[in-house]
Amino acid sequence: MNAEVRSIRTAAETALSEIFASAFAGLPGDSAVAERRRTAFDAFKAAGLPSRRVEDWKYTDLRALMRDAKPIAGAPDGVMIAAARGALAPYAAIDATRVTFVNGRFVEELSDLATAEGVSVTLLKDALVNGAGVEALSDGVSPAGNVAVALNAAFVADGVVVSVAPGVTASRPIHVANVQAGSEHAAYGRVVARVGEGGNVLLIESHIGDAGAHQTNSVIMLDVADGARAELVKIQDESLDTLHLATLAVRLGAKAELKTFALAAGARAARQQIYVSFTGDGSTAEIRGAGFAGASRHLDTTLVVDHDAVGCSSREHFKTALDGEARSVFQGKIVVKPGAQKTDGKMMAQALLLSEGAEADAKPELEIFADDVVCGHGATVGALDDELLFYLKSRGIPQKEAEALMVQAFVGEVIETIEHEGLREVVTDRALAWLTART
Amino acid sequence: MPAVQETVARVREIDVDQYKYGFVTDIESDRAEKGLSEDTVRFISAKKGEPEWMLEWRLDAYRRWRTMVEPNWARVDYPPIAYDELYYYSAPKSTPGPKTLDEVDPELLRTYEKLGIPLREQEILAGVEQRRVAVDAVFDSVSVATTFKKELAQAGVIFCPISEAIREHPELVKKYLGSVVPTSDNFFATLNSAVFSDGSFVYVPKGVRCPMELSTYFRINEQNTGQFERTLIIADEGSFVSYLEGCTAPMRDENQLHAAVVELVAHDDAEIKYSTVQNWYPGDAEGKGGIYNFVTKRGDCRGKNSKISWTQVETGSAITWKYPSCILRGDGSRGEFYSIAISNGRQQVDSGTKMIHLGKNTTSKIISKGISAGRSQNTYRGLVSAHRKATNARNFTNCDSLLIGDECGAHTVPYLEAKTSTAVFEHEATTSKISDDQKFYCLQRGLSEEEAVALIVNGFVKDVLQQLPMEFAVEAQKLISISLEGSVG
Repeated sequence: MNAEVRSIRTAAETALSEIFASAFAGLPGDSAVAERRRTAFDAFKAAGLPSRRVEDWKYTDLRALMRDAKPIAGAPDGVMIAAARGALAPYAAIDATRVTFVNGRFVEELSDLATAEGVSVTLLKDALVNGAGVEALSDGVSPAGNVAVALNAAFVADGVVVSVAPGVTASRPIHVANVQAGSEHAAYGRVVARVGEGGNVLLIESHIGDAGAHQTNSVIMLDVADGARAELVKIQDESLDTLHLATLAVRLGAKAELKTFALAAGARAARQQIYVSFTGDGSTAEIRGAGFAGASRHLDTTLVVDHDAVGCSSREHFKTALDGEARSVFQGKIVVKPGAQKTDGKMMAQALLLSEGAEADAKPELEIFADDVVCGHGATVGALDDELLFYLKSRGIPQKEAEALMVQAFVGEVIETIEHEGLREVVTDRALAWLTART
Repeated sequence: MPAVQETVARVREIDVDQYKYGFVTDIESDRAEKGLSEDTVRFISAKKGEPEWMLEWRLDAYRRWRTMVEPNWARVDYPPIAYDELYYYSAPKSTPGPKTLDEVDPELLRTYEKLGIPLREQEILAGVEQRRVAVDAVFDSVSVATTFKKELAQAGVIFCPISEAIREHPELVKKYLGSVVPTSDNFFATLNSAVFSDGSFVYVPKGVRCPMELSTYFRINEQNTGQFERTLIIADEGSFVSYLEGCTAPMRDENQLHAAVVELVAHDDAEIKYSTVQNWYPGDAEGKGGIYNFVTKRGDCRGKNSKISWTQVETGSAITWKYPSCILRGDGSRGEFYSIAISNGRQQVDSGTKMIHLGKNTTSKIISKGISAGRSQNTYRGLVSAHRKATNARNFTNCDSLLIGDECGAHTVPYLEAKTSTAVFEHEATTSKISDDQKFYCLQRGLSEEEAVALIVNGFVKDVLQQLPMEFAVEAQKLISISLEGSVG
């Protein structure tokens, strides 16, 4: 609409420019990578931090949410590493190839890089210098000019490169653990994963932060080849003073299968962007998520599922429970390109408002250019059912407990779809902890 | 189902080009100078014999418009409009301000006869079974005839061209004009505020149930002319009015602009039912010509327990940009939106509604049926919002899209914003095509393919058709089938 006239740079934009200028020389990568970083940062500079006048950020005004830009974190000290060890305790029972980053830096003593045959897990910082860097910094699925993705490409120093050979089923899940310790810093991470034809893998990404104000930005690029299967579980449990931006970009081949679940339990403001592109026929994707927020926290889920192949099906289901003055945003879009016949898409977004001051915004879109399709979406916003509450209370269950039971049932529907038992427990425990903290 | 057979028969009768209202009436007209300037605004105002305050109001809007940028967020694509190449005022020359119907140019009356719009009261009275509908006929920029004025006046209802209302009822116009759609509202509404030439004005006094359906019929005839009509309907406490709007235009190769503003105000316990059958010329199969329809329609449920209901059947226009909305300000007020939007050929439709819940216990319902055929693009865009104090706001939305053919598109862009936990919003949308099973069932019962599609489509839109006043429902049903002509097989 109105051409954005950008004259004033915000404090955060100015700070980001300064940080980039001073950090640039020290960021890993060959000259091609340096060029890629510069292009990405120029794209950010041209657009600036998006305000709500940018349609894609209408409900998440990043310019207002990001008042300053934190410096990139230095190497963690012993105290931080000890703290991180404690924070990782809930995951100890899950046997996995584990790559741990504290404040965005790889920490070997908290990691276990052992993998089965046919599965390779290496560090991104090595890939950035061995010629594979530019590819690792360009996902080709997320929308051009997306600010979160551009900033990640400009600043990311390390991450994980996962490769599953054709026909191989990874026997252990691969867990990328991001821990923030200390305060007032920014951390960037990136996972580049490729599952070869007929391969199969379970990826876990967790974000933990106990206290402190952080800015985190993570990107996962996932390429699922023909006949392959990938499951991804993300647990976002950042400190309650963190700005968390995350992007998942998935490319699916033919007869491929994707299953993802994202839990949003932390952060002051979090935006999870999910971009899934069907490029081969007959694939399926199940994309789910659950979120909890209280106080004046802000949770955004932005999703685009692009059907550009015949006979693919996608299921999207997101549930959020909101308390206090919290606000949830759901922007979901199913695109069916011309010729993507026999597409079957169903999207559902549900928000539960537990307090007077909570707010839910939803924008579930359909964009359809093919006729032989079955697509639908639904969205609901509402409070807990008074009659059900009354029923529970009449059975002697106190108000808060009754509410907790109902919220548990509400989010349980999506949490139950996590196949890995240990992970399902971690997520359920986190949900229960939130509900207990409410009472 | 005889209606379907009749429809199919009708479709067959029609030539390759289905648009049956595409004729041009050869009539001399009085036009403003080409282009838009303060002088144009003054010219229009002077033509209408408007008081000074009205001219100032227009000039204010004009100056604001000059500073505004045309919106481009809708999913419609068209070459830039040369606003300075248009004529902003055109009126049939022969009878300036006819006193009675006998003074109206017979050529004009024939035009309306051709269109099936009865302007002669006696003829209508003679017909026993026909229900009476008061009509205000607007030809290009001016209202040419308003029927049943006397009888309505007996009930206290004011129904007249808005230019007349500005002269005769300035206190009402001053109070309500621009109170729902302010002059600064949006690009097209501001343009309309500056240059609007005519439209209908309705005032229904306290406790009156308007004795008949009111209707306005809009016709664009002149070449290169924009039509900017303005409608203002006020339903005072406890009153009821049902209003219908119909539109057609000749087939012309160039695009014509239509930017209307409709404002509705419902006071305590009042109800307004507004129905539209929009059948502007949609352009030919290759997308040449057709009307650009940029319309701002908004209803303000100002009083307690008031109700505003929009029903629209959109089959025409090359481009439709239209979002009839309800501001649910009064406690317990209700807004409804029923829509059928059909696009064929290269038509582009971006339409929907806004339900803005401000008062307590407000409810709204949205039923939208989009049908795309040919190479058209059909978008539903809607907003449902509940503000902090809108406790117990309730909305139900259902948008269904039907695709006929593999070159068209159907899109849904709903916005839901709940700022109170007591709000309950439900939204559902589906997109599908006519299933082979449905078609097969009809075919094996002996229906032809075309009949089968007409039957299924009519079933698909039934929820909305039921909301239309009876005589319009029959007309709309036929229109739907005609609009889909050529989309089967």
